[in-house]
Amino acid sequence: MKAKSKLNLNFELVEKARNIARIIANDTQIFINNHTTSSIERTICRLLGIDGTDEFGVPLPNIVVDHVIKTGQINKGVALYLGNAIIYTNLSPLNIAEKVSQGQLIITDFPRGSLSEIKEALTSIIQKNIGIIRRNKQKREELIKKYGEKVEPLIYIIVATGNIFEDIIQAQAAARQGADVIAVIRSTGQSLLDYVPYGSTTEGFGGTYATQENFRLMRSALDKVSEEEGRYIRLTNYCSGLCMPEIAAMGAFERLDMMLNDALYGILFRDINMQRTMIDQYFSRMVNAYAGVIINTGEDNYLTTDDAFDAAHTVLASQFINEQFAKLAGLSEEQMGLGHAFEMNPELENGFIYELAQAQMAREIFPNASLKYMPPTKYMTGNIFKGHVQDALFNIITILTNQRIHLLGMLTEAIHTPFMSDRALSIENARYIFKNMKDLGNEIMFKEGGIMQQRANEVLNKTIELLTKIEKEGLFKTIEKGIFAGIKRRIDGGKGLDGVIHKDKEYFNPFLEYMSIELNLGGVK
Amino acid sequence: MGGGLYSTEKKEFDKNLDLTRIKPYGDTMNDGKIQISFTLPIEDGDKANYAAIDLAKKMGVKDPSVVYHQILDESFTFFIIYGELIHTVDVTKIKTESVKVISMTMEEINQYIKENIKRKLIVIGATTGTDAHTVGIDAIMNMKGFAGHYGLERYDMIEAHNLGSQVSNEEFIKIAIELKADVLLVSQTVTQKDIHVRNLTNLVELLEAEGVREKVILICGGPRITNELSKELGYDAGFGSNTYAETVASFFVYEYLNRKNKNG
Repeated sequence: MKAKSKLNLNFELVEKARNIARIIANDTQIFINNHTTSSIERTICRLLGIDGTDEFGVPLPNIVVDHVIKTGQINKGVALYLGNAIIYTNLSPLNIAEKVSQGQLIITDFPRGSLSEIKEALTSIIQKNIGIIRRNKQKREELIKKYGEKVEPLIYIIVATGNIFEDIIQAQAAARQGADVIAVIRSTGQSLLDYVPYGSTTEGFGGTYATQENFRLMRSALDKVSEEEGRYIRLTNYCSGLCMPEIAAMGAFERLDMMLNDALYGILFRDINMQRTMIDQYFSRMVNAYAGVIINTGEDNYLTTDDAFDAAHTVLASQFINEQFAKLAGLSEEQMGLGHAFEMNPELENGFIYELAQAQMAREIFPNASLKYMPPTKYMTGNIFKGHVQDALFNIITILTNQRIHLLGMLTEAIHTPFMSDRALSIENARYIFKNMKDLGNEIMFKEGGIMQQRANEVLNKTIELLTKIEKEGLFKTIEKGIFAGIKRRIDGGKGLDGVIHKDKEYFNPFLEYMSIELNLGGVK
Repeated sequence: MGGGLYSTEKKEFDKNLDLTRIKPYGDTMNDGKIQISFTLPIEDGDKANYAAIDLAKKMGVKDPSVVYHQILDESFTFFIIYGELIHTVDVTKIKTESVKVISMTMEEINQYIKENIKRKLIVIGATTGTDAHTVGIDAIMNMKGFAGHYGLERYDMIEAHNLGSQVSNEEFIKIAIELKADVLLVSQTVTQKDIHVRNLTNLVELLEAEGVREKVILICGGPRITNELSKELGYDAGFGSNTYAETVASFFVYEYLNRKNKNG
């Protein structure tokens, strides 16, 4: 059932915007399909069961991929050589990787078997590991069914102590107080590492390293609280940076439920090369799609850098583009946590009305998306009392417009990473408002031709203008010109360009093939 | 109930403002009223309550009253306490060093540089270390500025380079040397276990090791920064929240000329 538009939106224009975004995404996808990256190849290694490090702490997936890169043959894909090596050694990919790391094996040296023989050699391990991911997805669905799905907005909180064991204490406490989603913020700078650290970690800056072991530890701690509370507590991490697809694979193995996974964020805010990011986001999103993970996009970041009132249309444009890239990777609408934020200047007259219009507009344009709404941060001052009120206004908009993923604002934002009590007070604030105003959104209509309706249609029109401009220039050129967040990036600039690889015609990625069929994307083109 | 509210009890307060013996103000001069909130890692209950009150007393709070307590998790309890602080401070003996600058406008600053320095000043700014927040450095540097105050990128006579966040101190210095920067701006927004102090100190040490500390004007800013702290750490100035580009620019323009005059 489609509710009547409260904003009197022109849905023909919405469709027009969607179509332009589709053209933009399809255009970029041609480039994506012709390329792979070092991190995608490492992801294939991980999906084939290669994990662990050598004696110097270098991850085995890096060792194997670098080994093939050195021979100049990575453009055929690491799977080809691993599969071929299995034929000759009858060893598992992990054993092969260990031998490579000890210098006992050069996997590109074996005489090449036929492609069908190679695929055959990989089949059992692919089936086994894909099975783990599929079962994790089923397990999540079973648990949500068992405990019952929450209909109200999911309260999303962040832990960031740097020590996974301390994070667990904080996360469990927050879950017991009412948090539904726990995000473990990554250690600062991890997005720029071209490898994923290994094992459990107890030291990090401003966050905790994303490692598969840390994922496992937190997942099991949250499963325990879920059981106690009779509520499924979701776990989130960050599928961004130079190891985007690898983190997706690790998350899929350990049943993470959400991943920050934006198509443009790394380019704009971490200065990661745009080609690298576009190629990586595709495969990482496909893994997330297959694993039933909800992705969260990062449009909120535009508003912390730019003015939230003036730049509102860049958020909507980016949401349209993110939606199309997500579709190409096989994500369902429910798996799209399109982002936006409550970041208008508190001094702006009627600011609340404009925020409400923006949130309602996102809801109506993306009716099935699990919208992710971000709290005020830019205008949080250290006045915790006012901050608590700012967060209250933000909470009101979430419940009025039925946002799905509500990143909880903290009264101590801009002061420190939250204390346990900060989180408790903020959860209390949100729960109070969510309960007290539960159905208010259904009770109100917006005035015909009023500020809200005018504003929403104005933003939509500006979005179409912007999308048309992007379509004309192409996405890469647009980013070069600094249209998003006022940040300019060069097509051959930024970090990670050396990991971009043009595919040979023999190239194959068995997981891309398998998943794109399973996700009804019609296989690899 | 703690003392205070509708209390008929006689209190021996001096109702006059005495700057040599200043204490917090609730609703009556010298009543010393303060609020404190904290969490104790123990189970909620009588014992926890007493522990909280005892702690408040040790802080110098007379008649502490736990107005609210709440269990946060099995073994964590949150307290809100009101009470009367017994301590006083002599304000007349305090010497502060907030940056004293006669703030010029953007146009005046441009004009001033044109006339007195006769070339563009090169300014680089970054949020250094692990802090990912660009809010502070953006407010000072971005073209758009903050709250209607344009940032340094808009100044004709300033060549501004905003390096963004998570810039390592080493990288920051490398770029400073490359660009021959006159002024270095360092922003620190969010801190965890005082990491900002260590990070700021480390930058000064590295600058000294590279032998460039004296060649640049070094300024830090952020909500936890005071001018006093920054002087202690070896900075030329430090600015807190709600500082705008023109205040910072006025400072470094004057400072630049002062140094030039001193060194002949």
